[in-house]
Amino acid sequence: MSEKHIERSYDPASQKMIKKAQDEDIKIVWDRHDAMQPQCGFGELGICCKICNMGPCRIDPFGEGPQEGVCGASKDTIAARNLVRMIASGAAAHSDHGRDIAHALLSAAKGEAHDYKLKGTDKLKRVAEVYGIDTAGKSIEKIGEELGEKCLAEFGQQHGELRLTSLAPKKRQALWRKLGIIPRGIDREIVEIMHRTHMGVDNDYKNIINHGIRAALGDGWGGSMIATELSDILFGSPEPIRATVNLGVLKEDQVNIVVHGHEPTLSDVVVDAGKDPELLALAKKYGAKGINIIGMCCTANEILMRHGIPSAGNFLQQELAILTGSVELMMVDVQCIMPALSSVANCFHTKIVTTSPKCKFPGVEHVEFKEEKALEIAKEIIKKGVENYKNRVKKRVDIPKEIKGLVAGFTTENAFHFLGGKYRSTYRPLNDAIISGRLRGAAGVVGCNNPNIRHDWAHVSMVKELIKNDVLVVQTGCSAIACAKEGLMTPESAYKFAGPGLREICEAVGIPPVLHVGSCVDNSRILLILSEMVKEGGLGEDISDLPAAGAAPEWMSEKAISIGFYVVASGVFTVFGTPHPVLGSENVTKYITNELEDIVGGKFAFEVDPIKAAHMMIRHIDLKRKALKLGPAIHQQKVALKT
Amino acid sequence: MKTKDQKPKTKDIKIYCDITKCVGCRSCEIACAVEHSKSKDIFSAVREKPLPKKRVTTENIGAKIISLHCQHCEDAPCIKACMSGALSKDEKTGATLHDKEKCVGCWMCVMVCPFGAIVRDIENHIAVKCDLCPDRDEDYACVEACPTGALFTGTKEEFEKKIKGRKK
Repeated sequence: MSEKHIERSYDPASQKMIKKAQDEDIKIVWDRHDAMQPQCGFGELGICCKICNMGPCRIDPFGEGPQEGVCGASKDTIAARNLVRMIASGAAAHSDHGRDIAHALLSAAKGEAHDYKLKGTDKLKRVAEVYGIDTAGKSIEKIGEELGEKCLAEFGQQHGELRLTSLAPKKRQALWRKLGIIPRGIDREIVEIMHRTHMGVDNDYKNIINHGIRAALGDGWGGSMIATELSDILFGSPEPIRATVNLGVLKEDQVNIVVHGHEPTLSDVVVDAGKDPELLALAKKYGAKGINIIGMCCTANEILMRHGIPSAGNFLQQELAILTGSVELMMVDVQCIMPALSSVANCFHTKIVTTSPKCKFPGVEHVEFKEEKALEIAKEIIKKGVENYKNRVKKRVDIPKEIKGLVAGFTTENAFHFLGGKYRSTYRPLNDAIISGRLRGAAGVVGCNNPNIRHDWAHVSMVKELIKNDVLVVQTGCSAIACAKEGLMTPESAYKFAGPGLREICEAVGIPPVLHVGSCVDNSRILLILSEMVKEGGLGEDISDLPAAGAAPEWMSEKAISIGFYVVASGVFTVFGTPHPVLGSENVTKYITNELEDIVGGKFAFEVDPIKAAHMMIRHIDLKRKALKLGPAIHQQKVALKT
Repeated sequence: MKTKDQKPKTKDIKIYCDITKCVGCRSCEIACAVEHSKSKDIFSAVREKPLPKKRVTTENIGAKIISLHCQHCEDAPCIKACMSGALSKDEKTGATLHDKEKCVGCWMCVMVCPFGAIVRDIENHIAVKCDLCPDRDEDYACVEACPTGALFTGTKEEFEKKIKGRKK
């Protein structure tokens, strides 16, 4: 019983706060997860259906009870429909985020949102070209306006192809066209999922999943990529930047304002508003030494990589930040915000403020964000936090000391240029490193936290195993924060954790062995990194030829499923920790974990053990090396042949 | 709303759970609560005040899940512990009976039950346990609701025969 806090999280700072919650009898996510046990087997297996009112229907996985729903849907149909509805929700979440960014860009370009400037002018021109906008002689604002309109139009586009898919390798584009899965419009494919899965429409599980892939591609190469590219244009492309992470970033003598959620539109302005002299003076008046703006989850990643704003932690730490008793205000926007925050905040002086019309909490103060008045609203929210400082109960403040440094802010454009230095600023050195075998391959480790697996443990163990085997790792989201907390995102960590080949490269160019490439919409950066590697040459003609693999070892959200599918459909072998809820159907399971590879070049695997999962990824990388007729890695270490 | 064509089963007092089949869906719990509601209808039952109490729990045993009921022990510790005489043995069937009129809510039975099968009804301050669905003629609500056939009513021999025949 007393060791529960250690079982629940790998991170010592989190352990302390979990212990505090136990001691004060405050129920947090792990307690709710315990109370929920055992969880419903039908749900876990994906064979319950509540799509129509003849149901709910459940298929008996042991074969004695009903084997088809009232309508006659088989377990394959039911599992496939449920799965693609998860894709629809995940793709919708990412893409709606992208839509908001496109809208903000348009408002800024039109001069309606005065608090934003188009900071990433290089990228603006590059992306405008992809969209076929003639940039010659036009002002930045004019180009921004045209690009904003073109991007927004892609959400409602009914035919043709999403423009950003043209950034994928030619062979890949041709494959998608041949399979009829190249997305026509972002919203259209999501809506079509909802139509196909309505009672009595599509009941061929392969046909259902293939369309799910189309919608997922509309997320990765559409909504998410628009979110990333336009954020870079609006807020500036990230550059490598030093920052700090973990609960230790909260300050005992300052007003702590935590920004939590996903979209950078408001949080980016909050960073500026936090420097406002009037607000600083007000903070002094209340006895605080300053205003400490810090991030949480992907909002953290957005402002971490652009401004070096510290991150308090990842998904499972949102309640823990409040438990420190030192948070005056937590401002939230959308996605991954636990409804429980309001009840945990009620145990302390912390004020929760919702800002998006799409995300309100009963009984919680709502200050609606509007781009046109961004700075004014940001100041209003911070002021509420500053005024709340006087309510802080000193003796309940308990900030863990843990804090780690990291280098964040790597992007498709800058990451690998470092490998070549100033004069050889291309992907050539990365490709050469893989070809020569100094690097065995590359991997993307991304995704959430989930109380069903020890917090951060799977991320950290998997990434350490990969870099030990000379696999360069790129990360986003909560997974990136997990490894940053372990200190894996500092150049020095190469000496401690990286294999000899990867270490040589890190030493030569001064990069960490694990690169932070942003928030969860920034998984689109990984797609472009892979495309650039193909374009550079020497590693095959398609993403599926690359010695690369992906993983989401602690996934929990529907967004993770959408990401998984667009990554797999882009040709990447991807390992999820706990399985997708499809195991009730052998056919669906076989399709996505086996047959899909012959169709799109990528497939899923499910493996909870992070070391075994890492070995699966390495074995896949070795197979790809062999197919490319590359020798083994220079410092090849053995991994288990079978899991 | 269920309609049943089968003839009422001759009820035995034992409810067995095949732990290789229990998926932890808690359907037994829902059915039990509905059975002990005033309306016996799920949509109305969830609005009743006080809410109906279930007498079966779904528990984890290691990696397995079990739907756990009163075992109607031959030598029942709860009967021995009961100071008000609310708990007694039905001499004919061997069922452990609970008389809510006599119950004083001392929770001794809750404490001594080796299966954790007796729960507290805080609102009415009485103990609550499996009463073998007195309002039903057909099989018990939980057994009938079990979608995987993990729950079974019958003798020990019948249950053994059933699990011997199952697919490995």
